[in-house]
Amino acid sequence: MIECKELNIEQGAFRLSGINFRIEEGEYIVLMGQTGSGKTTVLEAICGLRPVKSGSIYLDEKDIKKLKPAEREIGYVPQDGALFTTMSVAENLGFGLKIRKWNKADQTERVKELAELLGISYLLKRKVAGLSGGEQQRVALGRALAFYPRVLCLDEPLSALDEKTKEEMYQLLQKLKNELNITALHISHSKSEAVKLADKLLVIENGILRTEQVKL
Amino acid sequence: MSNLVHKKLKVKSDFPFFLIMGIVGGTYVFLIVAMVLADLTFTTPGHIFAVFKDEEIQYAIKLSMITCTITMLLSLVVSIPIGYLMARYDFWGKRFLDAILDIPIVLPPLVIGLSLLIMFQTAPGRFIESHFRITYTVYSVVIAQFMVACAFAVRTMYVTFSQIDVRQEQVALSLGCNKAQAFHHVVLPQATKGILTAASLAWARALGEFGPILIFSGATRMRTEVLPTTVFLEMSVGNIEAAVAVSLIMILAGFAVLISLRYFGSEKSLKSVR
Repeated sequence: MIECKELNIEQGAFRLSGINFRIEEGEYIVLMGQTGSGKTTVLEAICGLRPVKSGSIYLDEKDIKKLKPAEREIGYVPQDGALFTTMSVAENLGFGLKIRKWNKADQTERVKELAELLGISYLLKRKVAGLSGGEQQRVALGRALAFYPRVLCLDEPLSALDEKTKEEMYQLLQKLKNELNITALHISHSKSEAVKLADKLLVIENGILRTEQVKL
Repeated sequence: MSNLVHKKLKVKSDFPFFLIMGIVGGTYVFLIVAMVLADLTFTTPGHIFAVFKDEEIQYAIKLSMITCTITMLLSLVVSIPIGYLMARYDFWGKRFLDAILDIPIVLPPLVIGLSLLIMFQTAPGRFIESHFRITYTVYSVVIAQFMVACAFAVRTMYVTFSQIDVRQEQVALSLGCNKAQAFHHVVLPQATKGILTAASLAWARALGEFGPILIFSGATRMRTEVLPTTVFLEMSVGNIEAAVAVSLIMILAGFAVLISLRYFGSEKSLKSVR
């Protein structure tokens, strides 16, 4: 469960205030808003990559506002994937585990498992350069999921993909949602994407965040 | 009207464009090569061997190689943190600091030497000198080289880190890294090429440094004589053959360093290392 209470974020002239929402365990939330509405800002604040002026962010009843990004146990998938370009696909997937000092055998086991789950086993030995957009996003997802994060934060993960790849990624995300029961905050500007994936919809409009039910 | 619409646009040839650019650029490249060739024709293998046999010049070669390498390493140690902090953070007085970092590049080299000399005449400077002699020793050679060479390394590292996207670093933080781990595992490996460029620039600058060394370290044979000093001393006694021969040694040494760093910095060799 993750909850934002009266969150205020200021950055230069940009200001977002009074952000309140709650994501229950296992819920998949899509956060929508126009370009420049501040949806990425909210996501980065939750991940600890952007300072918060006031308010609280609770992860299972604990205020994580002051914790370092590393201590929050939140999986982060940025828009362009931002894969580690100097590492192989397998090294990307296992990075969080290496930092957590998992032993080698467990790391290899987990990386194999993730690769199978995401359908990228054939890529493990490849360098990151030359991967297609869909492949990159799969690796980025796997890298974020590897250490069993409590929440997954996705920043427009599908916006740069072509239609066919997008369709495959919807199916993959739905599969992850059903099989892993992940709690996720997914940013998007596409209503159709939101309808396909979301349990609940959050919309930022004119600096105000409100909840919408997904019409089925 | 319809005549105008159907009139075809005639596109003139691109040939003059490339011709002019080629001539302008080619002239400069020609001058560079001509300069080196002129040195080559002026000297004979005999002159170069004679130079290599000279004990004083042997000392200068050795001192140049050692001081340039130390300067290069020091420059990297200093320029990597400065470049990273400048590229990643905005803080009060950053533009002022940016200007300060350029001072060694814009100051006349002689002025740098003189300023260093005067710095060691101040009370704190004299205190250091009374315990550990710096002026007119080999240590002053390294300091004189470092003051200038490091500024170029700082510029290079600043640009290098500015071009590295901050996202990968942020992801590393979210995956459990602290800043130092993210820097070590994610940022530095991406900066390899920039680091090698900074190293080669610093080394080459240090090799050519003369003005500050002349003033701050003196030109004493078998003590603070580096290769540019040799060229100066040989010229001043009219021994042009030896001066040219030493110049050629410097050109070759510079080439060797640049080419080897380029090779190690190339994609191909980086791939084979990994």
